[in-house]
Amino acid sequence: MIRRLVVLTSLVAVVATACGGTDDGAADSITVYSGRSEELVAPLIELFEEASGIEVEVRYAESAELAATILEEGTNTPADVFFAQDPASLGAVALGGHFRALDNALLDKVDPGFSDDAGRWVGVSGRARVVVYDSGKVDSATLPATEDGFTEAAWAGRLAVAPTNGSFLAFVAAKILIDGEAATLRWLEGIKANDAPTYPKNSVIVAAVNDGEVDAGLVNHYYLFRLQDEVGTTVAANHFMTGGGAGSLVMPAGAGILAGSENAAAATEFIEFLLGAEAQAFFADETFEYPLANGMDPNEALPPLGDLNPPQLRLSDLAGALDRATDLVATAGLL
Amino acid sequence: MTSSTADQLNPAAPEAGTLRNEDAAAPTWLWVAGVAVVLPALIPVVALVGRVIGASDAAWDALVSARTAQLLARSIFFALVVTMTATSLGVAAAWITTRTDIRYSRVWSTLLALPLVIPSYVLALSFISFAGPRGLFADSTGVSLPSISGFWGAAVVLALATYPYVYLVVRSTIVRIDPSLEEAARGLGSSAAEAFRRITLPQLRPAIAASSLLVALYTLSDFGAVSLMRVDVFTRVIYAQYQGRIDRTPAAVLSLVLMLIAVTILWGESRSRGRSVYFASQAPRPPTRLGLAPRQRTAAHAFLSITVGLGLALPVLVLVAWLLRGLTTGGVIDMRWGAVLGSLSGSVAAGLLAMIAAVPVAVLAVRHRGRISRALRATVYAIFSLPHIAVALAVVFFASRYLGGLYQSFVLLAFVYATLFLAQASGATEAALTQINPSLEEAARGLGDNRLQVFRRITLPLILRGLMAGGALVFLTTMKELPATLLLRPTGFDTLAVRVWSTANELSYARAAAPALLLLIVSAVPMYYLIIRPRQRV
Repeated sequence: MIRRLVVLTSLVAVVATACGGTDDGAADSITVYSGRSEELVAPLIELFEEASGIEVEVRYAESAELAATILEEGTNTPADVFFAQDPASLGAVALGGHFRALDNALLDKVDPGFSDDAGRWVGVSGRARVVVYDSGKVDSATLPATEDGFTEAAWAGRLAVAPTNGSFLAFVAAKILIDGEAATLRWLEGIKANDAPTYPKNSVIVAAVNDGEVDAGLVNHYYLFRLQDEVGTTVAANHFMTGGGAGSLVMPAGAGILAGSENAAAATEFIEFLLGAEAQAFFADETFEYPLANGMDPNEALPPLGDLNPPQLRLSDLAGALDRATDLVATAGLL
Repeated sequence: MTSSTADQLNPAAPEAGTLRNEDAAAPTWLWVAGVAVVLPALIPVVALVGRVIGASDAAWDALVSARTAQLLARSIFFALVVTMTATSLGVAAAWITTRTDIRYSRVWSTLLALPLVIPSYVLALSFISFAGPRGLFADSTGVSLPSISGFWGAAVVLALATYPYVYLVVRSTIVRIDPSLEEAARGLGSSAAEAFRRITLPQLRPAIAASSLLVALYTLSDFGAVSLMRVDVFTRVIYAQYQGRIDRTPAAVLSLVLMLIAVTILWGESRSRGRSVYFASQAPRPPTRLGLAPRQRTAAHAFLSITVGLGLALPVLVLVAWLLRGLTTGGVIDMRWGAVLGSLSGSVAAGLLAMIAAVPVAVLAVRHRGRISRALRATVYAIFSLPHIAVALAVVFFASRYLGGLYQSFVLLAFVYATLFLAQASGATEAALTQINPSLEEAARGLGDNRLQVFRRITLPLILRGLMAGGALVFLTTMKELPATLLLRPTGFDTLAVRVWSTANELSYARAAAPALLLLIVSAVPMYYLIIRPRQRV
């Protein structure tokens, strides 16, 4: 029996080294903390690995969680690149002083309105907030131009939200900056009072709307197109709220390089790749986001960025509002 | 409770039997080893306390708020509802299968214990994927049922997941009670209900108290079921704060509060045990079973069928149905071998580490009883009872700051698993050790072997079975572990539990079915042999 134990122990040791032993110091490997989902990012990572010969380890989690992890790890962080869903999480890492300044060559590729004003992270793709609705049940003319319309009694039980989702929290943070805390809390309480059905994720809301389970939902614009890509035509449709409030926001997903990265060259190459034609075309036509590199056009199914009437907002301010957003969502009882 | 497996079921089992050489001084290296395997587990907890004490005023203000009071009230009320439901279910099931003439009572006894192998979040998944939005029922009939998520739905799920703890403990006690008192009471004109309330129940009280406190502890620590079913109790809120906020202080503060509640319950549990009365180890004769009237028989059958149906049959059938749907609609099975490998390697490593660490703790507890060994042992059991999400968060704080390369490593994760579940391994080892007559070891020493030689040649071979059983328990428990894995796993490391969790969160039930079923099978077989079968024989 003791011999069997010894054999078992050595087996585990072998497996453990096989699992954990890949990242030892090889210069052409980087670790990416990705707040964007694996489904979305994994194919891009593969393209990059093939093109560059650089090996990429990815840790997937919520953007805010990874930002907090980086703040906690400080200089110990194994991450070279932080690729986040929202500017609030990127801003938190930037405020903590954990990003290094990016090369101007990278920053110049993107409209400065979609990047950090001190050049510590760069926007990569844009995502608009929309209301996805059941075109069979909802007359598009009755859809409000700002999110404020959804607290009215006519929408009771009809607008789904994903309150624990990072994009929802970032949207609430933006609303705090635009309308103030009191108005934001009132809005959240109104949504709660309307018995908004809550779902864990945006993609699930879009599928639920398409199946007639709920009339409408507050999500990012691209989930609908991805569903259409999968199932063909949908009864669900997107409504862009062009009233200029937080609901009209175009939020960049972006990336920055950690100050302590020992593979900064490879990390820079990764971000260059994200802003290059191949990855930007992937964002446009595979994930249906707005490509943010200059000269790239969105998929023709999308309205042009210029028509969306996004509010004026300093993206770097969002970081400070994110925790308040989580608090308000909890206070309103929406979690 | 004499069998070793009985004690493993219960993290706060009474200390192993009396010994001759209580005062024998242990060699220094044994003390060092004992302290060395237990102490590191406390460092993160101490670090957490330090962090909370050093927290900003704003964090303290956040703690002392109406919301926290609400959270506290809701968590405690939730634990109370689950505990009361599980206790009623467990006691009723034990009474029916041992004291009435219900048919197939042996089959029922086994079936009633089996839900123990279903992790709470798998049970929750099966409920949601049956009756919830996008579930089987809505999918095949087009009718949406009212939401089963939320407080009451989750309470039902957790009660079904935990009643076997009460059932097994109460059942093993009830069969040892001398039935003549009950029979005398009935002979003197008491109804069966009255005889149960006035005669049986008082004798069961210690067993009920101990096992229901365990249920309360389990409920308070549960993360998976309450998260999937969206009940805002401590564990879920801590995780939401961890995911959604940049500043982690509130999560730290809430974790500490949760730990304090758990320790309080644990203290209550040990007190209830201290006052408990133990019975003759075997009833003098089997009881005369109460003849049920036809109506009562129908009611008893309905009760047992509903309990077993919801706790066991429904989850298995629902998962199989989803698996088949996935298979027929074109391979959305998504079985990742990386997850299987991750689950196995993590669990095997945890089992082995726990076995190594268990030896000094058990030897000290059994052969060298005293204040320090008692304290070590109590610490091991206290850690076992702490909610994993709180411990994991403490480890995140500590490791990310001070452990550099170990943070997010397989080694650290395996170490945390082993630490959390050490009580299972050391409990089994203690039980094995008490069965060895110390004179055997003394004789070997007298014949010239030194302590290490005695241990290697006499003690180890004799306790190996117990040690292995303990390791197997740790293996199983690790397999099901979720929150610590979510917080501490290395980049790219995946387990079956994590697959179930993340696919269930996407409501991709067909994809969740395969890992969930595999998890169920893997934990069912050894659970049956280690815990359920030995207790059936009691």
